[in-house]
Amino acid sequence: MARLSYLKALQRALADEMARDADVCVLGEDIGVGVNNVTTGLLAKHGPGRVIDTPLSEQAFTSFATGAALAGLRPVIEFQIPSLLFLVFEQIANQAHKFSLMTGGQAKVPVTYFVPGSGSRSGWAGQHSDHPYGLFAHVGVKTVVPATPEDAYGLFLTAIRDDDPVVLFAPAGSLGVRGDVDMDALGPVPLGVGRVHREGTDVTVVAVGHLVQAALAVAEQLADQISVEVFDPRTLYPFDWAGLAASVNKTGRLVVVDDSNRMCGIAGEILATAAEEMRLTVPPKRVTRPDGAVLPFASELDLAVQPQQDQLLTAVQEVYKASR
Amino acid sequence: MTVDEGLYRTMRLIRRFEERAIELVHAGEIVGGIHPYIGQEAIAAGVCAALRDDDVITSTHRGHGHVLAKGADPVRMLAELTGRSTGLNQGRGGSMHAADFGKGIYGANGIVGAGGAIATGAAWAAVREGSDRVAVSFFGDGAVNQGVLLETFNLAALWRLPVLFVCENNGYATTLTVAQSVAGSITARAEAFGIPAVSVDGADAAAVLEAAREAVERGRAGGGPSFIEATAYRFDAHHTWEHKARVRYRSDEEVAAGRSRDPLDVHGSRLDDGTRAGIDAEVETLMAEAVAFALDSPRPDPAGALDHLYATGLRGRNGIGLLDTAVR
Repeated sequence: MARLSYLKALQRALADEMARDADVCVLGEDIGVGVNNVTTGLLAKHGPGRVIDTPLSEQAFTSFATGAALAGLRPVIEFQIPSLLFLVFEQIANQAHKFSLMTGGQAKVPVTYFVPGSGSRSGWAGQHSDHPYGLFAHVGVKTVVPATPEDAYGLFLTAIRDDDPVVLFAPAGSLGVRGDVDMDALGPVPLGVGRVHREGTDVTVVAVGHLVQAALAVAEQLADQISVEVFDPRTLYPFDWAGLAASVNKTGRLVVVDDSNRMCGIAGEILATAAEEMRLTVPPKRVTRPDGAVLPFASELDLAVQPQQDQLLTAVQEVYKASR
Repeated sequence: MTVDEGLYRTMRLIRRFEERAIELVHAGEIVGGIHPYIGQEAIAAGVCAALRDDDVITSTHRGHGHVLAKGADPVRMLAELTGRSTGLNQGRGGSMHAADFGKGIYGANGIVGAGGAIATGAAWAAVREGSDRVAVSFFGDGAVNQGVLLETFNLAALWRLPVLFVCENNGYATTLTVAQSVAGSITARAEAFGIPAVSVDGADAAAVLEAAREAVERGRAGGGPSFIEATAYRFDAHHTWEHKARVRYRSDEEVAAGRSRDPLDVHGSRLDDGTRAGIDAEVETLMAEAVAFALDSPRPDPAGALDHLYATGLRGRNGIGLLDTAVR
């Protein structure tokens, strides 16, 4: 076993995949020097033919990658901040995603878009702190939010190898997570398969991304009162509904914690599906950012808008009490 | 067939394809209507005559001409427009997304200016693999005001990629005139990035071909991107929707003057009458076959409405619940 950080896992996945497959290339801003510490060393190793520092032209280089993918390459694009995905929503949702169906299966677009540092980073304020994974899940673009170093490695590998466009969000709150990892066992993690981090019998907590750590902490805090099962979907689209059903049908109680806006968010979709198709014994709850939240700058205000561990704890207690 | 005969045949094929397609729109056989290419045929014919099968093009909402000129089968193309499973895209794309990857046709595109970056990425892939393939992006005058296209000019020039940008200036972005929408000039957009740009008579297929050959040779030789502005007049509506809507934005006099210089006559007059008549007759037969095939072909099975949504075959849930998996 070795200590591996989440960030290092991302770096290793990309490096391994570039070494394995000559069709993999990476584009993005400031990736030559690797300002986000994911592309570190790749330019020196693979040269400017495979590691392309792009001008600040997100829309052009995103569809540029689509064209390269249609011609047989397997591009990976790093976006420095999550909000850049708003800028290229047309290029991903309306172009890359639609080629396969619109061409009757003639074309595939194997591009991976990844954001090392999604969601809030303290003090980055309104335009650098969003978590727009729900938008991509909504339009049907494969959407991945790993929570642990081994999943970051395995899901990044799978995303790059996948023949469809995949967006990978690496939450800022996860980048520093470290774990004891069997390096020889690192390998691809399939899309659409969730992971139960902690088994329990009373309440299922679905936690997305960095909030998996918060959920595990809450489960530990409540261990002598409530048996909490922590379910990490790992990919938001496709979602592991069968895995969730197995958990919820056992516990009958559900809380979702999701660091994105409440209205039309992924938490709402999870609650709706559970209500329609799973054996809930009490009304479920979700802990999210508020409707339409824009993260304010000051630390107190920033934190006030993000889902907090104590809010999750309260929600779990309420859902548990509701059945007594 | 000589080069001149080939140019004429391509134009004649596009013209008759569009006329037959408009009939099918009015007959209700093509739903959603089309953006007719009539009047601009010399541009697609001239540019694509300079290309090889393995070169790539991206096209526009007004894309039938480019797709046909690049070599797509007009029979399967018309079947696509009528939404049949025998169509180029199995009825999944229709007029605005017709594609034939086997012929390097990366598709018509419903978003103005969207194809430029895609073509440029394909050109980059060609260079990386050591090929001398080139890519061509067709777009209209409306696209020169799209930010993504201007960003793309920068990338193509910066990285000296073998891409040819062809701006079809038909004077109108839907109903907005170039005078109302373009500050500066169209060719100056490209020149600002150091891309060689020429303006040619888009009603003259031979003139377009000559400009395209020079640009394509430059691209194949590693000389980077080129830009051609080809001016032409759109004879018909922006979209067949106008045939009913009676939108007024061009005077009868202007339309008559525009139509008076027909690219089929400009180039057709260079052929002898017998040759021209022979080509016309062959195209007529082909289009009759295409219409019959399109109307006789099976309609797609609704159960397959989301086939090909993912290259990996992933199926999401349907709209009415988890357990019922058929899309009906």
